[in-house]
Amino acid sequence: MEDVLNALILMTNFVLVPGMAYGAQLALGALGITLIFSILRFANFAHGDLMAFGTMITILLTWWLQGAGFSIAPLPTALLALPFGIIAAVTFSLVIDRSIYRFYRQQGAAPVVFVMVSLGVMFTLNAIVRFVVGTEDRRFIDGERFIISAGEFKSITGLAEGLAFRQSQALTVITAIILVVALFWFLQKTRTGKAMRAYSDNEDLALLSGINPERIVMITWIIAASLATIAGVLYGLDKSFKPFTYFQLLLPMFAAAIVGGIGQPVGAIAGGFLIAFSEVTVTYAYKRFLGHLLPESLAPGNLVQLLSTDYKFAVSFVILVLVLLVRPTGIFRGRVL
Amino acid sequence: MKKLVFATAISVALIGTALAEEVKVGLVFGYTGPIESITPGMAQSAETAFKEINDSGKWLNGKKLTAIRADSTCTDSTTATSAAERLVTSDKVVALMSDCSGVTTAILNNVSMPNGIPLISPSATSPALSTMEDGGLFFRTSPSDARAGQVLSEILHDKGYKSVAVTYTNNDYGKGYADALAMAFKKLGGNITINAAHEDGKGDYSADIGALAAAGGDVLVVLGYGDQGGLGIIRAAVDLGAFSKFALGDGMYNDTMLQEVGAHISGSFGIHPASEGKGYDAFVSLANAAGFEPEKSYRAQSYDAGALVALAMAKGGSADGATIAANLLKVSNTPGTPILPGELGKALDIIKSGGEIDYVGATNVELIGPGEAAGTYQEYVIEKKAFRSVGMR
Repeated sequence: MEDVLNALILMTNFVLVPGMAYGAQLALGALGITLIFSILRFANFAHGDLMAFGTMITILLTWWLQGAGFSIAPLPTALLALPFGIIAAVTFSLVIDRSIYRFYRQQGAAPVVFVMVSLGVMFTLNAIVRFVVGTEDRRFIDGERFIISAGEFKSITGLAEGLAFRQSQALTVITAIILVVALFWFLQKTRTGKAMRAYSDNEDLALLSGINPERIVMITWIIAASLATIAGVLYGLDKSFKPFTYFQLLLPMFAAAIVGGIGQPVGAIAGGFLIAFSEVTVTYAYKRFLGHLLPESLAPGNLVQLLSTDYKFAVSFVILVLVLLVRPTGIFRGRVL
Repeated sequence: MKKLVFATAISVALIGTALAEEVKVGLVFGYTGPIESITPGMAQSAETAFKEINDSGKWLNGKKLTAIRADSTCTDSTTATSAAERLVTSDKVVALMSDCSGVTTAILNNVSMPNGIPLISPSATSPALSTMEDGGLFFRTSPSDARAGQVLSEILHDKGYKSVAVTYTNNDYGKGYADALAMAFKKLGGNITINAAHEDGKGDYSADIGALAAAGGDVLVVLGYGDQGGLGIIRAAVDLGAFSKFALGDGMYNDTMLQEVGAHISGSFGIHPASEGKGYDAFVSLANAAGFEPEKSYRAQSYDAGALVALAMAKGGSADGATIAANLLKVSNTPGTPILPGELGKALDIIKSGGEIDYVGATNVELIGPGEAAGTYQEYVIEKKAFRSVGMR
């Protein structure tokens, strides 16, 4: 019995908890991508760097707050700075939309032109973030680190395996749940949310019924930039902030949005968790897990690892390709890219 | 008019003689790129040695040594090769110095060997350079990582660890180090449960730790960089409660690492190339006088490399590549009068009077095998968020 418990705890510690947190972070990012795709009808490549931008502002403010002695211990100070990071990211997105994207909207440019424009915005943001905060790894978490650490867990339960649960992971999951509920309520129940869905469904009909397209676009940017900043800050708190890693997050986030069905908010969430858990489970070495479950004579000698952890990003890529081949609309029947 | 022509002729002649008495050495270091924070200090150290030679006025009948810097980028072999090529063909350098293992290999094969120009590296530590065909032209004042792997495995063995997990940064340095360690540790009867690479610059290392923890081991050996992937590995291992003791390679000897995770890894240990003794003390006071910090990476080795090049030419009595290659081992090894940093003038006197010298330098230089440093390492333990030295190996 204890062996089974140990095996379960081991899986929770190395697969379930990290997968949940990572999945929630991906889902929040993918939600922004999917919203922009359904309203503005293009794949926004600048999303990863928008995350980095919002997080950067939050980090700078966090440092300032820490320096000035503000603290909301045991919670991380970054939560105080987060609203300002969101405001900065939203403002930046709106300025970019007014000065760049609107021009192409009025021209009636093809989606691929928008994608190229977003690529340009991505490189610009990339450079701004590196210029301001540098390319190094940044840690800005403070406050209580663990809700329960592996050592504490072991001494409380007396089991051989430990279970660590960090505060940042709890924060991530709780924030993600609140945001998703709020977003769905907004989209389903409010007038503006309904207008957004109508606009996404059929642009011409929506315009005929008197919906102001510029307002819809503005609200979309506000939501997408807020989600991006929150996802970025949570990722940074949980792991660490580095402009390059945020840029790399673009691939799993897009994979999540497309696997779930792009344009479908539910799909983005499902896709986020699917990608996260695939990455973690495929690259996990099951030696110790099986060692607990199987009798000694059958215990595996090798690592029982399907793929080396080096191929983590390849997993999301393979899933993306498979989905596009087998079911191009994604799980929840989104649009076809 | 006649006067002007005469004056011009004289000045041209003077410049001509000034040029003739100048002997150039190329310092091909990565002034841009991943080690750009280290290289200016290395170049300055080598130039300090040259200045000492020049100030003595006794070197090859008053000839002057000049350093010419060129960028190796540390990573881009093409850029490094063309920079070195330019130094050899247009600046006519008699010797080259280079930094990282990858670009050093490229320069050795594409520039040094075809032109017969000796190459001395203060910092290339890849084991592959020991066995590479070098035409007798390659030397280094830093030890090979094969030696580091040997030393670290001896420490593991002495501490009584029988089974360890190893993770290394995925490049020539990490791979060479890990392979050397694995070989040496197995010879001592130890068991390596896993020898896995990790990539630098990832956000999350919990998956890597998952595999390492599954393999198990008494200690996790981390052969990476203390401000990059190596740090991420330790942080994830501590967070997940997978390992609590770490054995650290020289890339992990780093203040960032200590600040971030030092409090959680008490009792962990490691090595880094270091020197002590009279030679190093002499170098420290020399560096302080010249206005740079002596203890930073590879500065002592750079000074030694510069001094050896100059002394080898003095020994052979001629300023060209072949002379350096032929005499470098003679001036660096016994027998002879020991020479410390700051005593280069004295060394020149001894050479002039026909005596032998044994250049000890800042790092106790003793070139072994194909012309590389035997190397001494400082062993340290981490206690109370600080490195505590426990001896030299």
